[in-house]
Amino acid sequence: MIRSEILKEIAPILRDQLVVCNIGLPSQELHMIDDQPTNFYMLGTMGLSSSIGFGLALAQDKKVISIDGDGSVLTNFGTLPTIANNVADNFILLIIDNGSYGSTGDQPTYAGKKTSLAAVARACGCGNVVEVPAEETGKALQAALDGDRMTIIVAKCESGNIKVPVITMDPVVIRDRFMKSVQA
Amino acid sequence: MSINTKIVDDLVANDISFVTTVPCKQLAGVIDEIDTRPDVLHVPSNKEDEGMGLCAGAWMGGKRPAIIMQNTAIGVTINTLATLIQYYRMPLPMLISYRGELREPVACQVEMAVHTKALLAQMNIPTYHFHIQSDADELDAILKYTFMCNKPVAILTDANFWGGYGDQ
Repeated sequence: MIRSEILKEIAPILRDQLVVCNIGLPSQELHMIDDQPTNFYMLGTMGLSSSIGFGLALAQDKKVISIDGDGSVLTNFGTLPTIANNVADNFILLIIDNGSYGSTGDQPTYAGKKTSLAAVARACGCGNVVEVPAEETGKALQAALDGDRMTIIVAKCESGNIKVPVITMDPVVIRDRFMKSVQA
Repeated sequence: MSINTKIVDDLVANDISFVTTVPCKQLAGVIDEIDTRPDVLHVPSNKEDEGMGLCAGAWMGGKRPAIIMQNTAIGVTINTLATLIQYYRMPLPMLISYRGELREPVACQVEMAVHTKALLAQMNIPTYHFHIQSDADELDAILKYTFMCNKPVAILTDANFWGGYGDQ
């Protein structure tokens, strides 16, 4: 399975949740598969999906899912100790780990080599870290939503991209409809 | 009233309830004061761009945020300021320790100090420079302005404002 197939499979689970989605192809794919006002698409700022989602989770009670990638987590490794040390049980970090920088031409990341993001998350103090094969992502995500514990999911999948249009929605529109969904 | 108490009183009076920090010794007293306030959630961050991500999320979740950092962080956060805070039009007061100004003992700090205001000007970020303690009288108005216009706003506080480093 590649990332877009995971997103297609979990779209029905994501639909009713607050989702912060990673820059580039992940946001473009989610936007194409199932655009929702509850989705906050990152149009720039690689690496901050987990930080934005975590700040949101700390500020209010609804559950928040940050969809991140292995390359983006590597860019912002400092996020994991912050998440571990300020537990928000309404926060789920879903790292779709395809071992590559998908949006820039599938260059390999270190997460596809020797580095285990699940092991790093545990070493940072995150208490509830699960690593699953791509096919079990939906099951793991549903279990995380059903539990009331902060969860880090590392979903291992193959690298590869589909053709998707860029998001042309104005960022202030994305942000405004998202904030209205948060308040609803 | 100490300057630290006055600054944090102004933050609280403006409903700021989420603060992230990357520390500086000049701002240590403010950070200590924040930790005494039950109305403010203090989440230390490891890098300033990470902190701005936390602030963006907190604001979308209904809390007014602020970030406390050194001016060296301007070099770290240009992309985040442009593509997150400004692009999505979010308010962000940045209380900044302005290292490398008059009474600075560490020469390397001057290297970023000479770029700080130019970078902020290039980014069209409203910038206020506190040099003597009475400059902080404007903090309340600066915070109101920030949340009125939904922009990042820089408040530079130099060594003279904090009383210098003693006899160095």
